[in-house]
Amino acid sequence: MERLRPWLVPAAALLFAVILPVIDRTLPSALSIAGLMPGLMVFAIVALGLNLVTGFTGLLHLGVAAFMAIGAYTYAIATSPVYPFQIGPWPGVFLAIVVTAASGLALGLPAVRLRGDYLAIVTLGFGEFVQDTLRNLDPVTKGTMGINPVPPLISGHGLSTYYLYLGLLVLAILASRNLRDSRLGRAWRAIRADELAARSMGIGVARLKLAAMAAGAALCGLGGAAWSALQGSSVEPGSYDFQLSIGVLCAVIVGGLGSLPGVVVGVLLMFGLNQIVLVKLSNAFGLTGANAAVWAQPTNWKYLVFGLALVLMMRFRPEGLWPEEKSP
Amino acid sequence: MTLWDILLQQLITGTANGLIIALVALGYTMVYGIIELINFAHGDLVMLAAFAALTCIGACGFQPAADGSFPWGALALMLVVVPLFAAGANWTIDRLAYRPLRRAPKLTALVSALGVSFILVNLGLFWGGVPMEVFGHGRAAASPKDVPDLIGYRNLLGDSAVQLTSKDLLVMALTVPLMLGLTWFVTRTRLGTAMRACAQDPIAARLMGIDVDRIVGVTFLIGGALAGVAAVILALSNNSISFGMGYRVGMDAFTAAVLGGIGNLPGAVLGGIVIGVVRSLSDQYLATAWTNAVVFGVLIAVLVFRPAGLLGARVREKV
Repeated sequence: MERLRPWLVPAAALLFAVILPVIDRTLPSALSIAGLMPGLMVFAIVALGLNLVTGFTGLLHLGVAAFMAIGAYTYAIATSPVYPFQIGPWPGVFLAIVVTAASGLALGLPAVRLRGDYLAIVTLGFGEFVQDTLRNLDPVTKGTMGINPVPPLISGHGLSTYYLYLGLLVLAILASRNLRDSRLGRAWRAIRADELAARSMGIGVARLKLAAMAAGAALCGLGGAAWSALQGSSVEPGSYDFQLSIGVLCAVIVGGLGSLPGVVVGVLLMFGLNQIVLVKLSNAFGLTGANAAVWAQPTNWKYLVFGLALVLMMRFRPEGLWPEEKSP
Repeated sequence: MTLWDILLQQLITGTANGLIIALVALGYTMVYGIIELINFAHGDLVMLAAFAALTCIGACGFQPAADGSFPWGALALMLVVVPLFAAGANWTIDRLAYRPLRRAPKLTALVSALGVSFILVNLGLFWGGVPMEVFGHGRAAASPKDVPDLIGYRNLLGDSAVQLTSKDLLVMALTVPLMLGLTWFVTRTRLGTAMRACAQDPIAARLMGIDVDRIVGVTFLIGGALAGVAAVILALSNNSISFGMGYRVGMDAFTAAVLGGIGNLPGAVLGGIVIGVVRSLSDQYLATAWTNAVVFGVLIAVLVFRPAGLLGARVREKV
């Protein structure tokens, strides 16, 4: 029984996730959320990618939205019927992961030698750079229109999409957990704890930071491809902005940097609040129309909520709501 | 216009814009020099101050003069009220969001600054919804707000092809004396000396009897006031403000501060002018759509190849 305990909560959470669509059917449509969950799962995958870089390795990364965008656009270009390639959804996902990991390496090569806050700024600059490039390279990326249509990962009704995305999320969690407990992951956490000491113990700091950037980017690329498939469009470049990068960071920090259950909880809370609760509140109570005051619309409070969450967490609980377990 | 005229014109415009960037960059660099914090919220403070400036215009009913005369009174009032507001806001932000984290790991305060930035953006969005005439009676809060063109347009070089407008002159007439004054303050006064001491070594400064918290507070006050002046100039010269403008302003200014060597005051001014000119040249000779990417390209190149910046301030990791 004692050995089963660590599995209790994950198993209960998974069971709940599996039966959620069934419960959801019985709810009135204003409270129905199952249709919105695959989107949240995508952001949880992206957050797990960020967690490899920021949570495990301790590198502040402010440009994850760019990796998501690269994944989404690679998938869109490889599979969309408006391009000649049309290699099919799963090869498209694979290609998106490979291309995004390569772009993570490309960003990492100059960046990993920089100290903490400068690294953060370079990743931020990279995010802007990618956004501008996607917007300006009209012939390839269709500029501000975005690429559409993009085929879904799986045809059929919403239920199969739900379970497929749940499966992808579980895979991402398992991959993160295995990475964390591997030789690589232990070296990453050594770098996070004390870079100088890690270097003295013979850890190749620059090379391992590079590996973290590439692995994190790969997960973000998977998230981006899944997002693009879910939306049926690469979505316009402007949506992969600084706010999205910070939103993901915010979720990871609120949940607990480096803690896998924490990251998932953080995404469910923050993105759930942003994409489900505030939207439902706005639909139910929000005043619309030309004369409505701006603060009468709950979705207009989202930056305040995210900002306050960051400031208050840093002040009172910097380790997050579900902190990482101290390794023995 | 000849090719040389075009180049000269871009240099003038670029320098004027660069001086505004430099004012904001000073706020970044002073704070970084003392507490090693990238104050992400600084650009958004400029945005809020610009909203304060427009509120001031609306509340006092300032209008462009019919005879095109210079609005001395309006300008003087705004240059008192807005910097006071911005300085107070910046001090309060430090007191509430950064000071409690002084002993925490460095990234903790940085994340807190990101949070403050988001809060300020949201406040700016709400401010745009205030039912005043200048804010379009609070309708369409998120859309950019027009600022009445109080300064007007006049080419001070007569009818030459190259233009030095009254707005360019306003920028220079305000920023250059402020920068000279700041230099005097930092190098010649007791408070300025204390500031430099804190930047060099906060612990030694405390041992010498300097109240470091108070000095940091003063730094935020000064940085905020400069941001307030920059906001007034920005509002009056661009004639349009929006709640999302802080990000762009902040990024340009931060790039300028890093380019000049973060923590280095003359470096921030030099970096600001360089960024302003690079932007202008990129607008003219490349394409406006690529200018932001060019600025970030410059930033990444500087950080990677010359992290100490142009004026080579010390870059020593405090362990």
